[in-house]
Amino acid sequence: MNMQGLHEKKEGVILSVRNLSTSFFTGSGEVKAVNGVSFDLEAGKVLGIVGESGSGKSVTAYSILQILTHPGRIVGGQVLYKGVDLAKFSQRQMREIRGEQISIIFQDPMTSLNPTYTVGNQIGEAIRLHTSRRGSEVRDRIVELLTLVGINEPQKRADQYPHELSGGMRQRIMIAMAIACEPDILIADEPTTALDVTIQAQILELIQKLQDELGLAVIMITHDLGIIADMCDDIIVMYAGSIAERGSADDIFYNPHHEYTKGLLHSIPTMEKTDDMLIPIAGSPVDMLAMPAGCPFAPRCPSAMKVCMTDMPEELEIGDGHFASCWMNVKDMVMAEAGEQHE
Amino acid sequence: MNENNNIVEVVGLKQYFRVKTGFFRRRNLKAVDDVSFAIKKGETLGLVGESGCGKTTVGRSMIRLYEPTAGKVIFDGQEMSKRNVTHMRRNMQMVFQDPYSSLNPRMTVEDIIAEPLIVHKLFPKKKDRHAKVVELLKLVGLSPEHARRYAHEFSGGQRQRIGIARALSVDPAFIVCDESVSALDVSIQAQILNTFKKLQKQLNLSYLFIAHDILVITYMSDRVAVMYLGKIVELAKTTEINRNPIHPYTESLYSAVPIPDPITARKSQRIVLQGDVPSPLNLPSGCSFRTRCPYATEKCAEETPPLIDRGDEHYAACWNR
Ligand SMILES: Nc1ncnc2c1ncn2[C@@H]1O[C@H](COP(=O)(O)OP(=O)(O)OP(=O)(O)O)[C@@H](O)[C@H]1O
Ligand SMILES: Nc1ncnc2c1ncn2[C@@H]1O[C@H](COP(=O)(O)OP(=O)(O)OP(=O)(O)O)[C@@H](O)[C@H]1O
Ligand SMILES: [Mg+2]
Ligand SMILES: [Mg+2]
Repeated sequence: MNMQGLHEKKEGVILSVRNLSTSFFTGSGEVKAVNGVSFDLEAGKVLGIVGESGSGKSVTAYSILQILTHPGRIVGGQVLYKGVDLAKFSQRQMREIRGEQISIIFQDPMTSLNPTYTVGNQIGEAIRLHTSRRGSEVRDRIVELLTLVGINEPQKRADQYPHELSGGMRQRIMIAMAIACEPDILIADEPTTALDVTIQAQILELIQKLQDELGLAVIMITHDLGIIADMCDDIIVMYAGSIAERGSADDIFYNPHHEYTKGLLHSIPTMEKTDDMLIPIAGSPVDMLAMPAGCPFAPRCPSAMKVCMTDMPEELEIGDGHFASCWMNVKDMVMAEAGEQHE
Repeated sequence: MNENNNIVEVVGLKQYFRVKTGFFRRRNLKAVDDVSFAIKKGETLGLVGESGCGKTTVGRSMIRLYEPTAGKVIFDGQEMSKRNVTHMRRNMQMVFQDPYSSLNPRMTVEDIIAEPLIVHKLFPKKKDRHAKVVELLKLVGLSPEHARRYAHEFSGGQRQRIGIARALSVDPAFIVCDESVSALDVSIQAQILNTFKKLQKQLNLSYLFIAHDILVITYMSDRVAVMYLGKIVELAKTTEINRNPIHPYTESLYSAVPIPDPITARKSQRIVLQGDVPSPLNLPSGCSFRTRCPYATEKCAEETPPLIDRGDEHYAACWNR
């Protein structure tokens, strides 16, 4: 296939994930980590993914890039990047996509940085692999990138090893590597978890700058609803491998239509000091090896009905671009229709 | 014996690392530079600050994973030393920042959680140990079936909870929680924070709670210490520091908190501190914050401001505020 074509066109839907399913085939059974997930990412936009820990956010990202670890594999669906299905790509083809078109910054920088090479070496490798820069050009670019992500004394830091840097600095090294080749899409998996808020603000500013200048589309995976509110145009809320709800930032924050989303919003601590206990969502997370038959959230849902225990709800469009998978919405709709007929 | 009500006191703690800065040159990196504070029994001290400012190093030095360069740590009235460290560590645990590299992937969850029990010879019978592990798994919101699985089979947040269960296993009196909830979704975060608080009330536990999330710090902490480049620049009661931050760094820190509300977020301009974070290898003279500080004067370059009580135990280190 022609890779050249992939660099053009920077508007409209750039990535379309259709009915994606990914499982881990473990000794104790199949873990359906991602279970029929669909969404669109528009060029130049920021899409946030929030959700329960273990709900499949990272695995969704890894599936897009085909960097799943054994025993995980995509079992169905499509990952359409500019209309081309990446799920069908070989690892060799994916190597040209990764880093050049779609980059990822990981939740944990230590697993993706090699402890035996200096950080400069590792950034240099990314540059040499994906660009024609050589020799002193590479060194210049390394220093430029380190400066861009806010690392002081870049010349000196480039010669240090990952373990000599703090967690936050490592994360910035990761970002420098990810943007080394100016990709179209940046997937950021908890990019600022290790950073204090002033540096976090810098990084978010940096991502927005890159987004403006390069038309970069961003998938922002985070638990921090503050970052989500601040950065994202659209939001996906995941629960147990499925999308519970998706829509614009305002839809999700001001008009949530899934009990899990509501529960999430209630769990956030506030700036007011209180002695009250926080209000977590009751119950415990689903065992992914023994998923309930119906809606995976039903066992914890305060408004669960009978049908919720037996049947998985379909995604319903509540408003323009606002979708939720909850039987309550189906019920409300049916009631509303019945009411209209009555009049 | 311990006369005051402090579980732990840190006095003039310095932790320097020798790092390579050239082919032959080695220099001291002052990760923690003359830090003192105390934590009362049943109290939580929040610790926030710039990435790389030395928070983790403070925690690690306190439980003596490092031999301090200078200063001392007094735990329950007794100074820690090389000799009594194993014994003391039973009462002080740390939940590590990085749930990936701190858990051995070849061990089952049960092995990981039970390890401190074996080290400290608690629950010698295997059956009792297993029961304790199950109890701990439930406490942190994991299911007993998880005991037989391996750490690499879990998500970041799940691994974080394994680390918490492990720290709680020996019923310590003091726990360093290093970014313990930063990998968790807000609901599980709420659950874990409630658990930390409940245990604190039940067992009169004390915490050094390291986090970058000011909302979490506010919720958890009785007092908050703010660090910048190896030093504490402000320390006060949580409500006091929220309402009336004195140090310019604290001020910018609190103004940069992302508020989980899109309309507020759109209205408020994100305040981004200008200037580079100086390298701990090459600290500026005087106050380390002056290179980024909007209020800096000549004096700031000449002399390091001391941490002074501004009244009602609100300490701040700044010449101009
Ligand atoms: N190598 C693996 N083997 C078996 N199961 C796995 C493996 N990796 C992930 N899983 C499972 O897949 C599910 C999704 O994991 P994933 O890492 O995507 O969660 P997440 O939403 O990113 O969570 P977190 O917010 O904690 O990072 C989890 O239930 C996890 O247990
Ligand atoms: N083992 C080590 N050898 C050399 N330098 C180190 C070592 N550990 C930490 N440092 C340095 O000490 C300083 C403080 O690091 P530390 O990890 O304590 O910061 P932190 O405040 O926990 O940061 P973060 O919020 O990013 O986790 C950093 O400059 C770091 O590079
Ligand atoms: Mg994840
Ligand atoms: Mg740290």
